[in-house]
Amino acid sequence: MIITGLLLLQAEKDFPDWGDTSSPANSYRLSQHYITQTLHETTVPNMVTAVLADYRGYDTMFETVVIFTAGIAIIGILSVIGTGGNREQFEPKLSEKKPDLIIDTTCRLIIPIIQVFALYVVAHGHHSPGGGFQGGVIFGASFILLALARNLQTAQAWVPENRILNLAGIGIFIYAGFGVAALFLGGNFLDYGVLTKILPGGVEDARSHSMLGVEIGVAFTVTAIMFSIYSSLASNGTMKEGI
Amino acid sequence: MELLEGIADRFNYWIYVILMMIGLFAMISKNNLIKKLIGMSIFQTAIILFYVSISYKEGATIPILYHDQVHGAHHEEASVTETAAHHDAEQVAHEASADVHAEASDHAEHAASSDHDDHAVSHEDHGSLEIDPDLFVNPLPHVLMLTAIVVGVATLGVGLAITQKLYGEFGTLEESEILEQIKSAK
Amino acid sequence: MWIFDLIILVFVVITAFISLQVKDLLSAAMIFGVYSFLMCLLWSGMGAVDVAFTEAAVGAGVSAVFLISTIFRTSRRSSD
Repeated sequence: MIITGLLLLQAEKDFPDWGDTSSPANSYRLSQHYITQTLHETTVPNMVTAVLADYRGYDTMFETVVIFTAGIAIIGILSVIGTGGNREQFEPKLSEKKPDLIIDTTCRLIIPIIQVFALYVVAHGHHSPGGGFQGGVIFGASFILLALARNLQTAQAWVPENRILNLAGIGIFIYAGFGVAALFLGGNFLDYGVLTKILPGGVEDARSHSMLGVEIGVAFTVTAIMFSIYSSLASNGTMKEGI
Repeated sequence: MELLEGIADRFNYWIYVILMMIGLFAMISKNNLIKKLIGMSIFQTAIILFYVSISYKEGATIPILYHDQVHGAHHEEASVTETAAHHDAEQVAHEASADVHAEASDHAEHAASSDHDDHAVSHEDHGSLEIDPDLFVNPLPHVLMLTAIVVGVATLGVGLAITQKLYGEFGTLEESEILEQIKSAK
Repeated sequence: MWIFDLIILVFVVITAFISLQVKDLLSAAMIFGVYSFLMCLLWSGMGAVDVAFTEAAVGAGVSAVFLISTIFRTSRRSSD
């Protein structure tokens, strides 16, 4: 480990200064093209969201698929359906407890605010930092908060366990649907410019609107998977009793 | 103070190397499984730190365009085509007079700006919206790092699920005890 | 203001090191949350606001909750 550290420190002498404007990463033509042309080609001020959902939309689609796969893998690893073995050591340790007054009141006030904020973050991804992934995580975290304040059954009454993966799948289909629609209309896969025939506005507006649609798809998937991972981990797969 | 400035130039990179070594050390030599997973996560965030710090430019701002740049562009696009005609006429007159006056720097400046307006007229779709790439932080590594954080949390989730399964199987979370149990069970 | 960056960087190394040395796993998860939040501050100081937003939501929020729920289901002590 020390040898690796020393080797890395040796390589670091060649690095350019921190904050240098003319370093190779910064003076590359592609990033300059992104900075100067984003507003003109897509009317979206937030460059990071524009690159993520439009110029590099293919990467984002597979990132969503990776999250979906991880959620399914966790359910597959931890689920108790069909497996024997000793499960006695995982009997629920907690009895039915009354919800604590302070936590209950606070959560009742805060959870709707968190959810509205999550929707705001998804919708304002074009003009402020945010976007589909951040909004989806915040929305999922609101359900996790509900499960932590009461018990897991209450949260699962709101978000049924067997329907949650449907929501994740719908998110991915929305994303792929935009790409396939572009295929049908004659462009390349995920080429939003040819979607002007079904979306109002010019070419730039079509790109902006389809970016919003794609972000909504990502948010659906991420919300569902975050809550599903939490419920799998907290109940060791049994989905019966949580923290 | 100059020495401190010199250190501050490269300090990010040294810290990044140290963090990576801490994470790698934890992954290899810690006995507890959850400490290993925490080490993996430290390793991943250190790499993200590295990428973000090579995208930073001195004195630049966040990669979101200003409100007046977004909406001022539409006004400027309408007006620049009107004034371009005037500018052309002015440029000819000014060049003729500048030879007489011999104000070299002013002439060069005006020629440069009117050249730019000429440029703007010929590429009408660009308008006169000038976004200087030096003023904004490079957005390309940010995009890659968003994906990296996402993948990191997914990997952490899968690792934790496997840890729970191992605990159910062997009753302990220490790697040495698990290896002993495997050896004695053969 | 590079002086802030230096202080936060030093804290980041300290928390990363301590999070791996404590014997109580619950404290390790907590300190990991602090480490994640300090990284988020660092990146927003460098102008990467989207990355910092994501790290604040994911690292200090969801990732720490996953760790704590796993520790709840397994043992809390650790010999190393």
